[in-house]
Amino acid sequence: MIGSAYSVADLVALWISLKLATVTMVLLLLACTPLAWWLATTRSRVRVIIEAVAALPLVLPPTVVGFYLLLFLGPHGWGGRFAQQLGLQSLSFSFGGLVLGSMLYSLPFVMQPLQNAFQAVGQRTLEAAATLGAPPWDRFFSVALPLARRGFISAAVLAFAHTLGEFGVVLMIGGNIPGRTQTAAIAIFNYAEAMNYGAAQRLSVTLLMGCFVLLVIVYAVNRRLRNAVVIA
Amino acid sequence: MSLAVKVSLARRDFQLDVACEFPASGVVALFGRSGAGKTTLLRCLAGLERPAPGRVSLNGEVWQDDHNFVPPHRRPLGYVFQEANLFPHLDARGNLEFGLRRVPAAKRRIRFEEVVEFMGLAGLLSHRADQLSGGQRQRIAIARAVLTSPQMLLLDEPLSSLDLESRAEILPYLESLPDRLSIPIIYVSHAISEITRVADHIAIMEAGAVVACGPLQALLTRPELPLAHLDEAGSIFNGVIAQHDVEFHLSYVSVAGARLALSRQSAPVGAQVRVRIDARDVSLALKPPELSSITNVLAGRVIDVTDDRDPAHRLVRVDIGGQQLLARITHRSVAQLGVSAGLAVFAQIKSVALTDRL
Repeated sequence: MIGSAYSVADLVALWISLKLATVTMVLLLLACTPLAWWLATTRSRVRVIIEAVAALPLVLPPTVVGFYLLLFLGPHGWGGRFAQQLGLQSLSFSFGGLVLGSMLYSLPFVMQPLQNAFQAVGQRTLEAAATLGAPPWDRFFSVALPLARRGFISAAVLAFAHTLGEFGVVLMIGGNIPGRTQTAAIAIFNYAEAMNYGAAQRLSVTLLMGCFVLLVIVYAVNRRLRNAVVIA
Repeated sequence: MSLAVKVSLARRDFQLDVACEFPASGVVALFGRSGAGKTTLLRCLAGLERPAPGRVSLNGEVWQDDHNFVPPHRRPLGYVFQEANLFPHLDARGNLEFGLRRVPAAKRRIRFEEVVEFMGLAGLLSHRADQLSGGQRQRIAIARAVLTSPQMLLLDEPLSSLDLESRAEILPYLESLPDRLSIPIIYVSHAISEITRVADHIAIMEAGAVVACGPLQALLTRPELPLAHLDEAGSIFNGVIAQHDVEFHLSYVSVAGARLALSRQSAPVGAQVRVRIDARDVSLALKPPELSSITNVLAGRVIDVTDDRDPAHRLVRVDIGGQQLLARITHRSVAQLGVSAGLAVFAQIKSVALTDRL
């Protein structure tokens, strides 16, 4: 049963999951790096508010995130109307909508390791770089980034794996359109609901093994970098 | 040649208010107990704090005034922190080259090899920060700052985080810096023993303000200042090595027309030296002593007698051929000998220490 071949629909669902996880991971790293850097270095009082907002997806049920996103992206929401004015099609029930939802939902898993890693670099180390003639951007690239590399590895893996395993938000805003928005996690749900346990097993084992191998690689790399993974 | 500073900085439980002009040559020690504001003042000089209002200029070049603020990376100075603060992702060579690479070739005044040689770092270049001892790390931190060819060097208690052995290892390097670099050095410390070895000038800080600033030699003995009342209070004399005594392993230094014996020195005859005499090692007599194990005797005249922290003690300043000697003797002796201003006395000195700087 487990060894039986994947159906085309399975492969498409796996492909959508992989694509979604990769795109989400890359976009989140790009978006969170400056924000995490700001949070790690600012003395502003707004910081705690931003931190709380960024941590919200950790505690909210995915359906709540998905529900508000649906309202926001729908034809009567700000996001939906804005998209219409730009002549774009609505993001709900599209791959773009999935990416947006996944980014929101995995945000804390990227923000917190990055912020912790930047904070661990230490004010004094950056001041030393400043007195040695390095301007702010130079301090960021030649001191902060290399010292925070373990945080980046953690953030990337967590974003990827967490998006791969995401279910609720995708279901709420992406629907369940095979070939477009149906991820492997949702395909498993469909199979299980239709009592097709063999097919559900096939995809589940694939995700299980994939995630396991991924984490083993990460922990091995981190071990070689000598310090523990920085996880929120 | 001066460093002009006028800064105010308010913190929750601390207020820094300094208006002072430091000589921009030799070594200026910033002295005070912890919490006096020494480090904060140093950070203002470096641009790591932004005092308001603030005015900082070195030899007329303005680093901060009401309209301008030159950020730390554009100030031509080297800064050494209490902790070495090496970059953990770089080896020793990477740390040393970090600042060097950011200085345009035309502005470099000191060569990499030269600094590595005189700071004794040749064997350490490929080591990472965590493979080095505390003393080695601090030597690299000093060399790293020196390699930026700064116009001024700021040292924030560079020895305070080190054990005694590492301090002894680094002090000779610190002492040789002024002659090697010929740039002004501001040296923060709360240890007067370190200061008497390296500094020419001293600024005394208390509760966020500079209470006195001037030549070290003069301020050490001023009874109204805290230095004269420290346990390790003392005075400094300039002298010249006059003779070496091979048989008894002694060297003689001529100071203010007299000769002081101290343990055999390596400096050649004729070399200028600075000797330190602790106030508690000095006793006073009205006649020259005849048979005594104390051979170092200086003739002088009492300048004044003041109270000391301990009510049993008095501080006596004695003029020795124009230089000032500080003696800490008991109140009882002052009364018995009738010590008062103008009295001719003979100061017997139990031990003399050579401070290595000229």
